Amino acid sequence: MLEVMDLHVNYGGIAALRGINLTIKENQIVTLIGANGAGKSSTLRAIMGLVKKSKGQVLYKGEDISNLPTKDIVAKGITMVPEGRRVFANLTVEENLLLGAYTRSDHKAIARDMEKVYSTFPRLKERSWQKAGTLSGGEQQMLAVGRALMSSPQILMMDEPSLGLAPLLVKEVFEIILLLREQGNTILLVEQNAKKALEIADYGYVLETGQLVLEGPGKALLADAKVQEAYLGAAR
Amino acid sequence: MGNLSLFLQHLTNGISLGSLYALIAIGYTMVYGILRLINFAHGDIFMLGVYLTYFGILYTAIPWWLMFIIGPALTGVVGLLLERVAYKPLRDSPRITILISAIGASFLLQNLGIVLFGGRPRAFPVPHILNHVVKVRGVSINVITFIIPVVTILLLIGLNYFITKTKTGMAMRALSRDYETASLMGIDINRIISVTFFMGSFLAAVGGIMWGARYPQLMPLMGVMPGLKSFIAAVVGGIGNIAGAVAGGFLLGLGEIMLVALLPRLTGYRDAFAFVVLIIILLFKPAGLMGSTQTEKV
Repeated sequence: MLEVMDLHVNYGGIAALRGINLTIKENQIVTLIGANGAGKSSTLRAIMGLVKKSKGQVLYKGEDISNLPTKDIVAKGITMVPEGRRVFANLTVEENLLLGAYTRSDHKAIARDMEKVYSTFPRLKERSWQKAGTLSGGEQQMLAVGRALMSSPQILMMDEPSLGLAPLLVKEVFEIILLLREQGNTILLVEQNAKKALEIADYGYVLETGQLVLEGPGKALLADAKVQEAYLGAAR
Repeated sequence: MGNLSLFLQHLTNGISLGSLYALIAIGYTMVYGILRLINFAHGDIFMLGVYLTYFGILYTAIPWWLMFIIGPALTGVVGLLLERVAYKPLRDSPRITILISAIGASFLLQNLGIVLFGGRPRAFPVPHILNHVVKVRGVSINVITFIIPVVTILLLIGLNYFITKTKTGMAMRALSRDYETASLMGIDINRIISVTFFMGSFLAAVGGIMWGARYPQLMPLMGVMPGLKSFIAAVVGGIGNIAGAVAGGFLLGLGEIMLVALLPRLTGYRDAFAFVVLIIILLFKPAGLMGSTQTEKV
């Protein structure tokens, strides 16, 4: 469904990504793990067109979307939940959700999806008239995910959704990701919490300083000695 | 004429001048809210608005009332083009670069005005219907003094509706908060910026026309002082905040008129008043009257 080929990104002459290849199949959860600065976020941002690719291609359903502006990529059905939630604090919860549906014009379908988001996250419905800035961190994360879902995405990319959340909420976030997959979504998940991510992932990639060093089914990576040592904190 | 009616006359004059400052200040504050740029050419856009309307009335068959709409619309397009030419190519440059570009654009428009329109003052053709004195309870007031606040309030209501209720208005508020996330929503950032410049310039031109109707002398440098004072109004109110710009505009307009009325000996310091207010506000409330220091919850 989404194919990334030989992706390179430079920041002011410093290579952040050096030839990344990813394949994301429909209705899968694919995860990208790695240490801080390995290039996980850069990969997502390059796919979305937020940073310039110095080389490489992104194919979506066989179509080259490498050089499209972000707004067109969103309109095609790829959405990203940015790191740190980034809800519009000065807008209400409802307005945040409506903005998620900015590229759509079918009001009936938007209203239907709004109800769906509210039933997945009842807390948001209770607070629909509140400014998003007044929500707790967990609620803001739900809003960020709900907002992304409002674009009716084919592929949902999430950048560190569990970052900075209390353990109970982390668990909830991963349950939500599983639920989204059950509802038919395709998910590309970037996580520092490698164990949790690999547990739910169909397929995983391990990034190290801008390069892929390992890939395989989630369960297989979870059992891999090198992964255990480097990312899961297992003793030698 | 009693003291009260004299006071009422000053009050209406102050509200009227304040309305004009408010209309111009909105353009400064909207552009700042989205681009974090002080558009120094805004006062000159105001000047262009008056001239465009002036030439339209004098040299075309278009009736004046229609020109009062076409003029601002044309000015809006000029504002939009100004952004495309002078600011957009510099959007990724350091903020100081784009600021200098704004100052350059301001000088360019002023001098272009002198070359094209001539430095000699021209008289704005004020329609009689807007320019006659009526007596209300012994207070004699020019009708334009009434019309200005009414038009201003109608425009403010429209603007408020646009910002709070429409999709584009919502996108504007989102953009003022977070560019990158706004683009992740599929918002066309260039379009929203263009709309912002169009609206700011449109409002400034409407202010300019009413300014011309009230003080019917057109000069290529006529935008400098009102532009500067409206910028101060926007800062005093809290730059980036539309309600603040309006409040700042009324505060400055009323204050200036009252200063002249109540302390006639200080008439010569009329233009200094705005700067004194600015200094006081910056000393005691640097974010402006309605400016907020934003806090974020994690």
